[in-house]
Parts: sequence; structure tokens; C-alpha cells
Amino acid sequence: MKTEDLVALLSTGAEAVDLRLPSRRWLLALAGGALIAFLLTAGLLKLNPALWHQTSKPMFWVRESYCAVLGVLGVITVVRLARPGLRLGLVPMGIPVAVIAMWVLAVVTLVAASPQNRARLILGHTAGVCPFLIALVAAPLLIALLWVMRSLAPTRLRWSGAASGFAAGSIGALIYTLHCPELAAPFLAIWYLLGMLIPTAIGAWLGPRLLRW
Amino acid sequence: MQLIEERLRSLMLQSLAGDAAAYRMFLDELTARLRSYLRRQLGGLPDEVEDLLQELLLAVHNKRHTYDPKQPLTAWVQAIARYKLVDLLRRRSRSNVLTDPLDEDDRVFATTANDAAEAQYDVAKLLRGLPDRQRLPILYVKIEGASVTDTAVRTGMSESAVKVGIHRGLKALAERIRSIG
Repeated sequence: MKTEDLVALLSTGAEAVDLRLPSRRWLLALAGGALIAFLLTAGLLKLNPALWHQTSKPMFWVRESYCAVLGVLGVITVVRLARPGLRLGLVPMGIPVAVIAMWVLAVVTLVAASPQNRARLILGHTAGVCPFLIALVAAPLLIALLWVMRSLAPTRLRWSGAASGFAAGSIGALIYTLHCPELAAPFLAIWYLLGMLIPTAIGAWLGPRLLRW
Repeated sequence: MQLIEERLRSLMLQSLAGDAAAYRMFLDELTARLRSYLRRQLGGLPDEVEDLLQELLLAVHNKRHTYDPKQPLTAWVQAIARYKLVDLLRRRSRSNVLTDPLDEDDRVFATTANDAAEAQYDVAKLLRGLPDRQRLPILYVKIEGASVTDTAVRTGMSESAVKVGIHRGLKALAERIRSIG
């Protein structure tokens, strides 16, 4: 076929395109993924019975905001990566800034604590399972985000996969806090981050395989 | 450069609002720009220019919902072109290693300037390989220029099924072209 014939084919009868389609898909994916993540947390892991009691502690809100801020930064990065030629700007740089802030808080907490308490602050009661449970809760979000990403046009596939994984991981962590009894900064700085990095690594691996177009 | 940006962007916005004539002008201008870009980039692979050009036009069409009116149109097109070019070169380097170690003899006779507007694969032939629910809507609406309503009557499909058929068919076509290349 001649190229001019293809141009004729593509333009003939071309209809209006709904430009809000990408945002609607992102919202649907986030809402659907978060709902399933919540059902996993509430059904499989059970909500933390002391949750209400925790809300009076400042570290509860530090933990929630930490996950929420990373989630928002991750989602903005994902949304931008899905459109060709869009600049990422400084938004992704906020992610290491937030992570480092939590590390600083962790070090300050450890220095202030008595030596015999330090191991408990780092390991809590759930260090062995925490990263894997966060990854489990994040799985439906990762699937949903990659599904939307596939329908758009990412040009940096590995980064797009990784960013989807990180956004899923941090929103997953936020939902996981409804189950998780841990509030110590050193615990969050290590095990929550690892939990977010598992879906990030899976996303980076899947990106070039799933997202090509 | 500023002029091209403004002109193409306004044509694109009209196209996205459903103006098929503006879309035709947009694609025509894009074709000329992309062809000379690809000729420069694919100096060593002249056969590929028209193939990749058609693949690019299909990509621009299938992904036009990802254009953000707040961003420069040229940046959007440039990113798609670069992505497809890298994708092609990666596929080439892989298949060259495996299947064609040397085809210099073929190339001497393979292309003439007159061929430049024709791709090596035949989109019309690829179209015939699509299932009827995609092929017929594309044939009637996009090639014969019939309306969606008439096509729905002719094929016994619903209007939305006709639109979905066109949409999915063009996506399937782009995938087939990609797997050949």
C-alpha cells in the first residue's frame, strides 16, 4: 500500500477522540486496585484491632503521610511516563527526598533510644513478613496500573514499569498500614521501603516485556 | 520551528475534535516531515524508510488519545518517532544476526526512487488477514468512505461494534506490521 493511501485510510471518517480517556482509566485502575488491595488486607490479613488507638500517636500520621506522599509522587510519575514526550520535571526527585527524610528520622530515633531497645525498633514484631505482605497487597494495583499503561504510549518501558511498581508499592503500603502494628521510624525506613521496592523491581522486569507497542 | 508547531498543533486539536479534513492535512504534513527525518536516520537502511513511516503513522493514529493539549505537539511526535526508530533498530540487529548475514546483492536492485512511497509489506493484504468484524468496518468506513450508520446496516453489526471493529482492527494491523518488521 502506498503511504498516501494509508493516510487516506486513517483520516477517512475519523471521529472525535475523548481526551479525558487516560485520566478516567487511571482513576478506574487506582480505585479498582485499591479496593482489591483493601479487601486483601481486611479479609486475608485482618485490620489492626489497635488501629483507632494508634491514630492518637504522631508516628501513625508520619507513617500514613510517608506512604501517601510516595504514592502521589509515584502516580504523577506514572501518568507522565505514559504520554510520549512529556517532561517528568522534578516530581520523581521528591521520592528519594522523602525516603532520605525517613532515614534521617530513623537514625535520630535510634541514636535517642537506649542500646537494648534498638533491635526492637528496627525489627519490630513483623520484619520478616512485612515487605512480602506489602508486595502482596500492592499486586492488584500493579496489575491495574500496567493494564492502563499498556493502553497508552510509554516510550521508556523499563522506567514506566518500575514507576508503576513503585506507585503500586507505596499505595499498597498505605493500605497495608490498616493491618500493620509497627510505627517505629527505623522499621518503616527499612521494611516498608523494601516492600515498595519488590513491586518496583517486578515492574522494571515486566515493563519491556508487557508495555511494547 | 515555531510555525510548524503552531500549525500542526492546531490541526491536531481540530482532528481530535472530529474534523477529518484537518486530520488529513495533519497526516499529510506529518508524512513529509517524518519521511525526511527517517531518510536521515536510516541512511544505511533505505528499504525501511517507507515501512517505518507507515508503522509510525499507524502508531500516531492509534495513540492519538495520549496527546496532551498542554504539551508541544512536536515533542509528542518526536518521542513516538524516536521510540519506533529504536524499536526497529533493535529488531533489525537481532534478526540480522540470526538470519541475513549479507544481502548486499539484493539491495542494489531492491529500491528505486519511484518506490519510495510504497512500503515493502502490503497493508491491503494484511487487512485481508483480519477477522470480518474488524476487516469489514475498516473496508467500508475507512477505504470506501461509507458512514458508520450505513456500515452497521450493511454488516448487521451495531454502530458501536463498527467503531470498536475499526479501532481494534487498526491496532491489530499495527501489531502485525511490527511483527513482520
